[in-house]
Amino acid sequence: MKIGFLVNPVAGMGGKVALKGTDGEDILRRAIVLGAVPTANSRAETSLAVFREAASDNQFYAPAGEMGGRLLSESGLNYEIVLEPSEKTTSYHTKRTVSLMLAAGVEAIVFAGGDGTARDVCSVVGEKVPVIGIPAGVKIHSAVYAKRPKDAGMMVKNLLQGKVKRFVLAEVLDLDEDAFRNNVVRAQLYGYMKVPDDREFMQDRKSGSSFSDDSERLDIAAYVIKNMHKDGIYLIGSGSTTYSIKENLNIEGTLLGVDAVINRVLEGKDMAEEEIRNALSGFEKSKRHLVITVIGGQGYIFGRGNQQLSPEVLRMIPKENITVIANSSKMSDLFGRSLIADTGDTLLDEELKGYIPVITGFGKKIMAKIG
Amino acid sequence: MDSLTRMKRFHQARWNEPIIYELSEPGQRSVLVPGACCDSFSKEEVLGTIPNGMVREDLANLPEIAQLQLVRHYSHLSQENIGVDGNIDIGQGTCTMKYSPKVNERLAGTVKLLHMHPLQPENTAQGVLEIMYKTGELFKSISGLDVFSVQPGGGSHGVLALASIVRAYWRDKGEEQKRDEVITTLFSHPADAAVPIVKGYKVTIIQPDAEGYPDIEAFKAALSERTAAIFFTNPEDTGIFNVRIKEFTKLAHEKGVLCCYDQANANGLLGITRTAEADFDMSFFNLHKTFSAPHGCGGPATGMVAAKKELRPYMPVPLVEYCPEKGYYLDFDLPKSCGKIKSFWGVIPVVLKAYSWIMTLGADGLREVSRVAILNNNYCIKKILAIKGASMSFPHHTSRIEQARYSWEKLKEDTGFGTADIQRCIADFGTHYWSSHEPFVIPEPFTIEPSESYSKTDIDDYCAVLAEISRMCYEDPEAVKHAPSNSTVHHIDHDYFDDPAKYSITWRSYNKKYKGYFEPK
Repeated sequence: MKIGFLVNPVAGMGGKVALKGTDGEDILRRAIVLGAVPTANSRAETSLAVFREAASDNQFYAPAGEMGGRLLSESGLNYEIVLEPSEKTTSYHTKRTVSLMLAAGVEAIVFAGGDGTARDVCSVVGEKVPVIGIPAGVKIHSAVYAKRPKDAGMMVKNLLQGKVKRFVLAEVLDLDEDAFRNNVVRAQLYGYMKVPDDREFMQDRKSGSSFSDDSERLDIAAYVIKNMHKDGIYLIGSGSTTYSIKENLNIEGTLLGVDAVINRVLEGKDMAEEEIRNALSGFEKSKRHLVITVIGGQGYIFGRGNQQLSPEVLRMIPKENITVIANSSKMSDLFGRSLIADTGDTLLDEELKGYIPVITGFGKKIMAKIG
Repeated sequence: MDSLTRMKRFHQARWNEPIIYELSEPGQRSVLVPGACCDSFSKEEVLGTIPNGMVREDLANLPEIAQLQLVRHYSHLSQENIGVDGNIDIGQGTCTMKYSPKVNERLAGTVKLLHMHPLQPENTAQGVLEIMYKTGELFKSISGLDVFSVQPGGGSHGVLALASIVRAYWRDKGEEQKRDEVITTLFSHPADAAVPIVKGYKVTIIQPDAEGYPDIEAFKAALSERTAAIFFTNPEDTGIFNVRIKEFTKLAHEKGVLCCYDQANANGLLGITRTAEADFDMSFFNLHKTFSAPHGCGGPATGMVAAKKELRPYMPVPLVEYCPEKGYYLDFDLPKSCGKIKSFWGVIPVVLKAYSWIMTLGADGLREVSRVAILNNNYCIKKILAIKGASMSFPHHTSRIEQARYSWEKLKEDTGFGTADIQRCIADFGTHYWSSHEPFVIPEPFTIEPSESYSKTDIDDYCAVLAEISRMCYEDPEAVKHAPSNSTVHHIDHDYFDDPAKYSITWRSYNKKYKGYFEPK
């Protein structure tokens, strides 16, 4: 197998010195001044130790030095250098590396970094080949990352041993670091990448068939579409679960934006906040609906990747007309935790607290707490 | 002998046994049926009485095989099997694996029962009807409810019967369209959510709170005028008994909602608490599992329905009744009935075995069953929690009834091996282990249920196997990787079970999917 291996050597440096991230050269300089030391390579090394043995017959592709080449050479694996980065590595080097890896025909990419790195990788690879993310950054909001470096290593090992049976789409999210430093959380959904579905143990069942995520998404979409009221406006938020509704309505909606649907016809695409408010105001309140999904592994329903749905927008829609949908596996991952509404308006966040049914299948809902 | 020296080492049999159809040789017979004698009708005469459109032109596709070859075939298959009679079967938690006394098998195998036909006149079937009726009478004490049906052929089928009664009830009240929602809990049996959906209901699932009880605030938020019924399992699959259960039924009744109790696994409750005490309107009991009849490899079995007398009009038809003039009879006169749930009247051998088991034990015996099952479970918990890498779900909630759901999360963290690896390993020890069904919220789960059939020594031995596998995970990972080393299959690809285009449960469907039986490919 041909595997791309990439480390963002500066990922994670801002964390210990409370800089909330390391995106951009100025911040990196400040981090170094504050005494930050690189940690990404040691995290990647932990991961590599788990899959090294299983990887001996495979061909790796990596940038030289601290961006991956050094670790591979120390581990004695077969590798080819695709890029000689300059001493100060930047987001350009990540993107360039990924496109060279794809040109070399890699079948999977293993990378260590944070949300910024995931964004860079995603911008080039998209859903072309599967990826495995080793968490090494300050911000890890993206679901493309394994829980810990060891888990990422285990995933690579399973992949190499042909044990990965299917892949799922996982979100790439990133916060706006400048805003975050001023205690304003502004996250955006940048896209999806394919990651191994590591829930293999769930396949050992007593009876019946558990649906794959794909057919479950279809079930959810069918149920939402079946229950759509005539002459109402439906805002459909970002995410792969909500996208399934757009697909099954046969409309050209967006994966990452908020679209509006009236009588099953697309009436607004990737709408900005103001557009949304204008569209809503044409309908009486009870006819305004919103369908959203839970973003990423942390349970956010508002405030991550859907800032178009501003407090003003949300106040225009009756709470009972807000439909939350999510795959049951996503809800299982959130077990024991609340959903989070972080609209940017604390009063509204308070009002939204309580219980909300989350649709997880055809006619199937789970009561979730918004905490 | 200590449990280490007693530890079983097992080598599974493996035959490259063909499907019986592949053994078929034209003309071979196991039994030669005597030919027609002088005063009987000829084949042509009999066929002449059947309408032309109903007479098949080709012969039925049945395998043709001689008796010895037939016996050999099934002997081979039986050697490739595992069951309660051959192992310490406590690893299949939630299923209540227990010993089914052989005397009851003999009873069910008597010619008197074997040769019964469901359509023979009631006055010639008084014995069987009496057993069905009296099983119901016994359940008056066991459940505290009033009317019964043994028609459903299994546990999930019991849920279907309850959901059908719910629908018939609301249809009669004129609220069938309005009441279209059902509420269940996350750790109720998954059928409690799945089956009402099949019946056209929208189902809302309540998650547990930090204590492991269903979150009552979430329940209040879910309950409305649209709620038709609640379906609760108790104790749940975690082994936790919901002590606040009456608060839930009270809230539901205040909204007029019907309360359905999943008592499929009542093994920790017999003689201790009942459906009636929890204020449920109806419930079902698995006569296989709790009441000792074998599961029959997924059926046929019996999910016995019990309901309050107010719900009698909506019960499946027929009900078995008694009056001195007619004796025992089948009552079809229920115009508001939910209809039939299954062809004919029920799986009678299962009912007979359960009836015999209950009569053998008596009321005190049933209570003792549950007390021993609970004791066994709590002893087992102590043993398992002493094993490195094992922990229990909801660890702060220490008391469990008849089973417990555990986790190998720590083992996975330390060694990379999880519940599926344990499952592979355990085959070499001649026993069996199940990694639990949904909800998949407990990491690396397993569920152990040591019912009353198992001795302290049995439990010690089973736990010794788990401890040995844990030791292997920490100290001898290579052995774990290659396990099972004495079994026939290393790993089963579950994709076949998930994909309707791939699995076949009959020879006909296999031929259709793989050989283009109907449309040659």
